[in-house]
Amino acid sequence: MRSVNRMIAGLGIGAMTMGAVTVPALAQDETIKIGVLHSLSGTMAISETTLKDTMLFLIDEQNKKGGVLGKQLEAVVVDPASDWPLFAEKARELIAVNDVVAVFGGWTSSSRKAVLPVFEELNSILFYPVQYEGEESQRNVFYTGAAPNQQAIPAVDYLMENEGVERWVLAGTDYVYPQTTNKILDQYLKDKGVAAEDIMINYTPFGHSDWQTIVTDIRNFGSAGKKTAVVSTINGDANVPFYKELANQGIKAEDIPVVAFSVGEEELAGFDTTPLVGHLAAWNYFQSVDTPENAAFIEAWQTFMGNPDKVTNDPMEAHVIGFNLWVQAVEKAGSTDTDAVLDAIIGLETPNLSGGVATMLPNHHITKPVLIGEIQADGQFEVVSESDLVPGDAWSDFLPESKLIEADWTAPISCGNYNTETKSCGGSIAVAAQ
Amino acid sequence: MTFSRLLATLTVLLGTLLAPAYAQTADAELTQLVDALAPGSFKDREAAIAALVATGDTRVVPLLQTLAEGDLYASEADGKVVFITGSGATLGLVDPVTLAELGEAPKADLEKVKVNNSLRRVIRTAIGQLTLLSDDPRIRRSAAQSILHDADPANLELLEGSIAAETDPQIRQIMETARAVIILQTDATLEDKQAALPLVAAIGGRDALTLLTGALTNSPDELKPSIQASIDGLARDRAVWDAAQNVWYGISLGSVLLLAAIGLAITFGVMGVINMAHGEMVMLGAYTTYMVQETIRQSAPQLFDYSLAIALPLAFLVTALIGIAIERGVIRWLYGRALETLLATWGISLILQQSVRSIFGPTNRQVGNPSWMTGSFELGGLSITWSRLWIVVFAMVVFIALLLVLKRTALGLQMRAVTQNRRMASAMGIRTPFVDAMTFGLGSGVAGLAGVALSQIDNVSPNLGQGYIIDSFMVVVFGGVGNLWGTLVGALTLGIANKFLEPYAGAVLGKILILVLIILFIQRRPRGLFALKGRSVEA
Repeated sequence: MRSVNRMIAGLGIGAMTMGAVTVPALAQDETIKIGVLHSLSGTMAISETTLKDTMLFLIDEQNKKGGVLGKQLEAVVVDPASDWPLFAEKARELIAVNDVVAVFGGWTSSSRKAVLPVFEELNSILFYPVQYEGEESQRNVFYTGAAPNQQAIPAVDYLMENEGVERWVLAGTDYVYPQTTNKILDQYLKDKGVAAEDIMINYTPFGHSDWQTIVTDIRNFGSAGKKTAVVSTINGDANVPFYKELANQGIKAEDIPVVAFSVGEEELAGFDTTPLVGHLAAWNYFQSVDTPENAAFIEAWQTFMGNPDKVTNDPMEAHVIGFNLWVQAVEKAGSTDTDAVLDAIIGLETPNLSGGVATMLPNHHITKPVLIGEIQADGQFEVVSESDLVPGDAWSDFLPESKLIEADWTAPISCGNYNTETKSCGGSIAVAAQ
Repeated sequence: MTFSRLLATLTVLLGTLLAPAYAQTADAELTQLVDALAPGSFKDREAAIAALVATGDTRVVPLLQTLAEGDLYASEADGKVVFITGSGATLGLVDPVTLAELGEAPKADLEKVKVNNSLRRVIRTAIGQLTLLSDDPRIRRSAAQSILHDADPANLELLEGSIAAETDPQIRQIMETARAVIILQTDATLEDKQAALPLVAAIGGRDALTLLTGALTNSPDELKPSIQASIDGLARDRAVWDAAQNVWYGISLGSVLLLAAIGLAITFGVMGVINMAHGEMVMLGAYTTYMVQETIRQSAPQLFDYSLAIALPLAFLVTALIGIAIERGVIRWLYGRALETLLATWGISLILQQSVRSIFGPTNRQVGNPSWMTGSFELGGLSITWSRLWIVVFAMVVFIALLLVLKRTALGLQMRAVTQNRRMASAMGIRTPFVDAMTFGLGSGVAGLAGVALSQIDNVSPNLGQGYIIDSFMVVVFGGVGNLWGTLVGALTLGIANKFLEPYAGAVLGKILILVLIILFIQRRPRGLFALKGRSVEA
C-alpha cells in the first residue's frame, strides 16, 4: 500500500517535472497578448473606434514581420463603452484575466485618470495616445500624445507672430483638459503682456448644440478694434454645431481665425468645410503631411481597412509611435516583463510619420514637431507652419504651482513629480518606484 | 479743394492712359514674376504678390483669384506655376500668362502654391486695388468693399483718384466711407478727421464700433470726445439690438426644443407612455435625411436643394413605422406599468443607437445645408441665420398641423376619446389597439420630422437623440402633460429664459439655473403650466 502511494507520488512528481519542461515548449507557440482599451460604443466611440482599428492594423503588420521575440502578437479588444468606471474594470480584466503585457487605450482625461490606479497596482503598461492637459507623469503610463507645450503654446505663438492677434477668446468644453489648458494659456498670454480684458474665457457643457449666443459674443468681443482669435478646446460632438454656426454667421478665418486642439480629419468628415477654409488646427501630425513614410502608412492603412477614403489622424500616429517604441523596448529587454520594458524604453527612438524622430523621454513623454494646419475645402489640413522637435513637458513651466516640478523616471530620481527646489519627490507615486 | 480734385482727375486720366502701357508687360517678364510665387516662405510669396500687383497687368487678377482659392499649382520638377483643369489623377495644365495649354501632368508631380490667412488678406486688397478702376460697376463695387474692409492707408491715393472718377453714387459712397476710415487711422489734419467721423459712424452697428474703438487711441485729444460720443451712441443702439437678438435666439432655441418635444407631447403627454427611445426617433429622422442626400448626391445632384422636402415624408414614414412596430411589439404589453415601460424603451433606445452605429459607423455623417438654408441676413441690427429662421417656421407649421390633426380629424377625435376614457371609447366601437398604434406612430413620425430639421444644425451621429431626450421631457412636464399648447409655451419660455441667462451666467451655469427653476416650479405646480382639469386627469 505504502509503496503504491510512493509510486503514485513519484509519478506525480515526475509528471510535474515533465509538465515544467513542457511549459516553455508550449509557450513557444503561445502569443504575446496586447490589450486594446478603446470605447466602441457610447459618446466617445466616434473618436476611439478608429484607434482600435489602428491597433489591430499595427499588430497585423508586426505579425507579418514575424512578431516580437519570435512570438506572434494577439490583440485582446474590450469595450469600455465611454463609461469611466468601466474603463478601470476593463483594464483590470485585461491585465489580471487576459494576461496582457501592455495596454493601448483611453481618450478622455477622465478615462485615463480612472485607469491609473489599476496600472499602478497591477504593475502593467499603458500607452495613452491623445493630447492632454499635462500636470501628470506616472511610472506605468507613456504619454504619446502632445503635452500643452507641444500643441497649445506653439499655436498661440503662431497666431501672435503671423496673424498679429492681440485679443483672445479661450473657448472650451467644461472639463479637466480645457480648463487646465486654458489656465496655462491664460498665464502664458499674461506673461506675454496681454491685458486681462483682452482675454475672454468661455465654457460650455458636453455636447452643447446651441452656439448662437456664444458665436455672437465672440463677434462682439472681436469688435474692439484689435485683431481677435479663438483658441478652441471644444471637444467631440459639440464642434460640428459650433463650426456650422460660425459659417452661418459669416465669421471668416481672415477676420477671426479659430485654432482648435481637438478637431482633426475625423471630426471634419461630418460636414462641408468650404465656409471654414483658413480656420486652424494645431496637431503633431496631419494626414496631408507630405513624406514618404506617411504616404506608405496611409496606403497600408487604407488597404487594411478596405476603404480608400479612410482618413488618418494625430492620435493614430501616436499609437504608431507608441507601438513601435514598445516593440523596440521588448526586443532590447528580451522580455515583455513590465519592469524590464520600463527600463529599456527610455531613450529609444523611432521615426514619426512627419519625417522626424520620436524619442521616449525620461518623463514618459515623447519628442514631437508642432504642425499648424489650415482647414481646406476638401476637409484636409494644409500645413502652414512646422516647428522643430519639441520635447514634451509633463509639468507646465507657466503655472506657478508646477514650475519647479519635473518628472524623471530614470535613476537616481525615479519620480513623476520631483521638486527641483527642495530636491524631493512630491507625491506618493515615488514610493511605487523601485 | 477744386484744385486738388482737378489734380486727382488728372492722375486718373494719366492712370488710364498709362494702364494699357502697363498691361503690355512682356510675357516673359510676367512669367518670371508669376513663377516667383512658388518657392520660399509665405513672406517671400507676399513679396512676389506685391511685385505682380506693381505691374498693374490685368492678367494678374484671375491669377490672384486662383491663388486665393488655393487652385494654383507649381510643377515639382521646374517650379513653373500653372493653372489646372479637370480633376482626378492626371490634370490638364494651362499657362497662367498666355493661357496656352501645356499638356497634362500627373497630380503627384504638381505642388499646390499654399496660401494662409494673411496672404488671403493681402490678395483681397491687391485684387481690390487692381479692379478699383474696372469698367464693370459690380467689380468696382466689390473692389471698393474690399478696400473698405482692409482700410490700408497705402490705398489712400488710389481711393482719392477713383472717388473723383466714380459715376455711380452708391459705389462712390462706399469709397468715401473707405477714405474716411483710412483718414481716421492716419495722421491727417483735424478738419479732415472731423469730416471723416460722421461717415464712419454712419456705417453703424458692430463694424462702426470696431473702427471707432480702434481709432480712439491714435486720435488727437480734441477729437476724442466726439469719437467717444459716437461710440456711446452706437453702443446704446447695440444694447437694444442685443436684447432683441437674445429674444430671437430664445425663439430659435425654443423652436428646436418644441420640435424635439412635440412628438413626445403625444406619446408621453397624450398616451402617458414614458418613451425613452423618443430621441432615437429624432436620430433616425436625421439619418433618413442623410440617406436621401447621399442618394441625391450620387444620382441627381441638381435636386440637392429639394433634398429636405423629399426627406420629410420619408422620415415621417420610416420613424412612424418603427414607432408602430415598437408599440405593437413591446409597449402594448406594458400599458399601466410605467417603470417597466421606461426600462423597456430605454433598452430599445440603446439597441437602436448601436444598430445605427454598426450600420453607419460611429463617426458623424455629412448632411449638407441646401443653398436656401445657408448664410445669414441683417434685419436692422439683428443678424438672422437662414437655417434658424426656417427651423422656426417649420416648427410652427408642424405644431399647427398636429393641432389640426388632433382637433379636426376622426383619428384625432378617437385618440382623444381613447386617452380620456379607454373603456367607454371601446364600448362606442372604437378599435382602441389600432388607435394606440396610430397615436404612437404619429408621435414617432413627428420626432422623425424633427430629425430632418435638427440634421441641419447638429451632428448626425448615433448620439444625436441623447442630447434632446432630457430637454424634451423637461418641456413636456413644464408645459403640462397632455396639452399641446403647454408644450408650445413651455418650449418658448425655456428657450428665451435660457438665452437671457446665458450671457450673464455662462452656458453651463445657465443650464443648471434653468433646471433649478423648473424643479421649484414643479414644486408649486406639479401638473405644469397648463394642467388638464376634470376626469381626464385620472385617465
